[in-house]
Amino acid sequence: MRILVTTALAAAVSAVSFSGANAQDKEITLCWAAWDPANALVELSKDFTAKTGIGMNFEFVPWTSFADRMLNELNSGGKLCDLMIGDSQWIGGGATYGHYVKLNDFFEKEGISMDDFLPATVNAYSTWPKGTPNYYALPAMGDALGWVYRKDWFERPEIQEAFKAEYGRDLAVPKNWTELREIAQFFQGREIDGKKVYGAAIYTERGSEGITMGVTAALYPWGFKYENTPGKYDMEGAVNSAEAVEALEFYKSMYETATPPGHSDAYMVANLDAYKSGQVAMQMNWFAFFPGIAKDETVGGDVSGFFANPPQNVEGSTLGGQGISVVSYSDKQEEALEYIKWFAQPDVQAKWWALGGYSCHVAVAGADDFAESTPFAGEFLKAMGSVKDFWQEPIYAELLQAMQKRVHDYVVADQGTAQEALDKLIEDWTISFEDDGKL
Amino acid sequence: MTDQTIQRIASDTPDVAPRFVRRVRGLSDRAITWLFIGPTLAILLAINIFPLIWTVYLSFTNYRANQPGREVKWVGTRNYERLLGSEDIWGYLQATAHFVVWTMVLQVLVGFGLALLINRNFRGASFWTTLILIPMMLSPAVVGTFWTYIYQPQTGIFSYIIDFFAGTGAIDMIGSVTLAPWAIIIVDTWMWAPYIMLLCLAGLRSIPDYLYEAAEIDRANALQKFWYITLPRVLPFLMLAVLFRGIENFKMFDMVVELTSGGPGSTTELASINLKREAFEKWRTGFSSAFAIILFVTVFGLGNIYVKALNKVKS
Amino acid sequence: MSIAANPGRTGARGRWFAGSAVALYALIAMIPLFWIFATGFKSPPDSIAYPPKVFFDPTLEGYVNLFTSRSRQTDEYIETLGPPKTWYEEIARSRNMVITGPSRFADRYWNSVVIGFGSTFLAVFLGTLAAYAFSRFKVPLKDDLLFFILSTRMMPPIAVAIPIFLMYRELGLSDTKAGMILLYTAVNLSLSVWLLKGFVDEIPREYEEAAVVDGYTRLQAFRKVVLPQMRAGIAATAIFCLIFAWNEYAFALLLTSGQAQTAPPFIPIIIGEGGLDWPAVAAGTTLFLLPVVVFTVLLRNQLLRGITFGAVRK
Repeated sequence: MRILVTTALAAAVSAVSFSGANAQDKEITLCWAAWDPANALVELSKDFTAKTGIGMNFEFVPWTSFADRMLNELNSGGKLCDLMIGDSQWIGGGATYGHYVKLNDFFEKEGISMDDFLPATVNAYSTWPKGTPNYYALPAMGDALGWVYRKDWFERPEIQEAFKAEYGRDLAVPKNWTELREIAQFFQGREIDGKKVYGAAIYTERGSEGITMGVTAALYPWGFKYENTPGKYDMEGAVNSAEAVEALEFYKSMYETATPPGHSDAYMVANLDAYKSGQVAMQMNWFAFFPGIAKDETVGGDVSGFFANPPQNVEGSTLGGQGISVVSYSDKQEEALEYIKWFAQPDVQAKWWALGGYSCHVAVAGADDFAESTPFAGEFLKAMGSVKDFWQEPIYAELLQAMQKRVHDYVVADQGTAQEALDKLIEDWTISFEDDGKL
Repeated sequence: MTDQTIQRIASDTPDVAPRFVRRVRGLSDRAITWLFIGPTLAILLAINIFPLIWTVYLSFTNYRANQPGREVKWVGTRNYERLLGSEDIWGYLQATAHFVVWTMVLQVLVGFGLALLINRNFRGASFWTTLILIPMMLSPAVVGTFWTYIYQPQTGIFSYIIDFFAGTGAIDMIGSVTLAPWAIIIVDTWMWAPYIMLLCLAGLRSIPDYLYEAAEIDRANALQKFWYITLPRVLPFLMLAVLFRGIENFKMFDMVVELTSGGPGSTTELASINLKREAFEKWRTGFSSAFAIILFVTVFGLGNIYVKALNKVKS
Repeated sequence: MSIAANPGRTGARGRWFAGSAVALYALIAMIPLFWIFATGFKSPPDSIAYPPKVFFDPTLEGYVNLFTSRSRQTDEYIETLGPPKTWYEEIARSRNMVITGPSRFADRYWNSVVIGFGSTFLAVFLGTLAAYAFSRFKVPLKDDLLFFILSTRMMPPIAVAIPIFLMYRELGLSDTKAGMILLYTAVNLSLSVWLLKGFVDEIPREYEEAAVVDGYTRLQAFRKVVLPQMRAGIAATAIFCLIFAWNEYAFALLLTSGQAQTAPPFIPIIIGEGGLDWPAVAAGTTLFLLPVVVFTVLLRNQLLRGITFGAVRK
């Protein structure tokens, strides 16, 4: 008993002293998701510390709990993060609920012009309300959903022959989703190098945003729209249009006929694992991972090829990517702004791209030789030309959760029809918008 | 271990003889009582009762914890109407009921069975019993995380062992709509069957030998002895165990959220998991408060009914 | 063979059968734990091998990955660094990684220790006082109060977390150790009051009466006579409270992040390069579960009492 008491007291005392020792001034914390680009940013930020003497702390959370944890942090007014590289959909809430510092005055004072960044990224990552010159973030990481394929398998003569015999055309990068599914089905269950392989790793994750990001990659090329008239929230006939139903059915058929077994709760990491371990011929994933794949020990170099999300009725890609914002609860906003000022410089942006981060700066991504600089840069620009994002409404998380449930229930759990899923989704969203006073 | 008592949920200790108390010097007993109980009650009021009352209030509003500036409006019983009218909510409650019922059935079978075996006092019984008890003391969230690894269809040991003995091929316990509800039931049974076992064992050891001796004189067969002596004696203990575990499983969150996070689709979306989504992902605080109250009332109601039944069995 | 043989009346054959069946169950039940333990010593490729590897070359890579953060570097860059100085650097280098610093696991583990011991101390301290008062004095509405104390445990944690979240946000207790200690104390109080009351009830009143006759005040009698007799009970109660606080997940997930986060919400998100780093997760799990296993073994004779809130005693 005495030992227990002593230990408890010692623990309590040290807890107090610990929290006291944390007040080091020249150190700021940046919060982001834990993925390849985050490691690149750690590397890049060493220059910032060297230059300004401000130390950098990082808080990286896996994607599947990223939104959950970070929005919780913001909503509890936490001081953990001084800088937040928050997902594109958070901008509405970040601005409306006052989590993010408005950056207009700062940009003006420091001579940072939003014209120096790709317009699509400024619109997607920085502005709220959309399209107005009210900036709450600096575009930090451009991203869109794309595809990686096993170039080495695609180029094998015996595989090419077998494909031609079956489909009457050459095995090549798919020109639309129909071809994409055919190729995936062709590889499904095929034996390659004595190993059974599968078609494509697609997003099916339930918990955060995975399956929505995957499904919208099919919905957008089919011509999906969230509203009939932008800003009116009139979803009937748009969200559940015949094309949308067809696209959702198509995605389900992909899941059922062309994915590896047990691929029922997969997001970025699971897709990477399936691809890197040689299980699948193709994977859907964010461009952010492509530099890593191109350098990978097993699937890097000539083994892998890349293509932007294929069209169907129209061109369309799912938007990823984030802007960097200053958290309004932070006590170190000065230092945080200092970081943004430093990060916005063209030479830093160039190094950012070299390290594997997708710069949105026109001096980098707008340069003439950008498209040729890597095997995927051209496809990245192509994808960014037709990106669409999910709702960026302040209540986006609620809208997202509804979609996660409806499409996962249909695609993975095989409940109801695509039409019913989308009809119910409109019901859910209508309630949410009514509660929010938008309808 | 022959003199156990199942206390009812309230105590029955007789009070101290008052005559003796008054003669004591120092603080009066009354002062000591409140000095001693006060802090506990204060903490429970602050951390349990005040929040409960607040939750009741919030459940009648449209409050959202992520929109501090927004006007909080009284919406009457709208949140409750929506909840009770929602097919989805009934789906989650069904998933919860499925989980609670089957975990209880399996755990009673496994736990009671083990207790009967252990009661035979073989050599090394206490060693094996201690081993069996370990899983129930572990952190459910950490256990859930690790079982996702064990359940991997390709690389996991579970699928491998089942395939080895039954030739089923790779089994996707977590991804399959039919298997996922059983995946969580298996893990919960692995963790908590020992709990039931421990209580049944206490019940078995409370049966005096002479009852069996008397039964033998009456030439009762094994089944009769079990039915007329063992079962009635163990039943109160068993019901107590089911009461505690049933309530815990009705609230189940940590193990399942780490194991399946409610999927695939919504097949293992238990009530608490959905409550967390509503409250801390969608931030519909008012709505989720109403949900929380409904869950609390359900637990409380079931618990009370059960305690009544328990007393009936006892008497 | 009778199904319900009572102790001492089973034949040798029946005992042998029962013993083997129980041992078999115990061994099967131990497989997952053994598997966790073993995976902690696998290399990442071995941990996701198909079919699963039972025999493998043990490595400490999982433990190194658990305690460090690393970054992948090119061969050229690594060559400029010179030879590795420590054995753990050597392990990291073998995967073209450079150790960049400690990971947060040690912090999180320490948080678990501080919050666990802090809340246990408070819950047991307050619980001892309350239990004594409930056991010895006339408390108005005693049964109702005791039932109320127990019923606080019936609330689903997520339901409690909603108002606590709001309250802590107002009070600045979000993501603080003090906040978590207070919360776990509140949750553990019901257990500690109920358990400890049982222990006090077992101590004969005559001891205190004798002490009071000898001129002790009521408080002195409590301190010098009752408390020493409660020692075993207090220790058992403390361990139960500690295990609860140690294992708790829902509150920790929702109310803590960078400062006060405990190990349970952290372990599931230990990631390596692309994907959960299973050996590191297994290593963390092993280190996290080990104390509980030890306590369970130490506590085995008090378990029954603890898990039934003192309702069933020996």
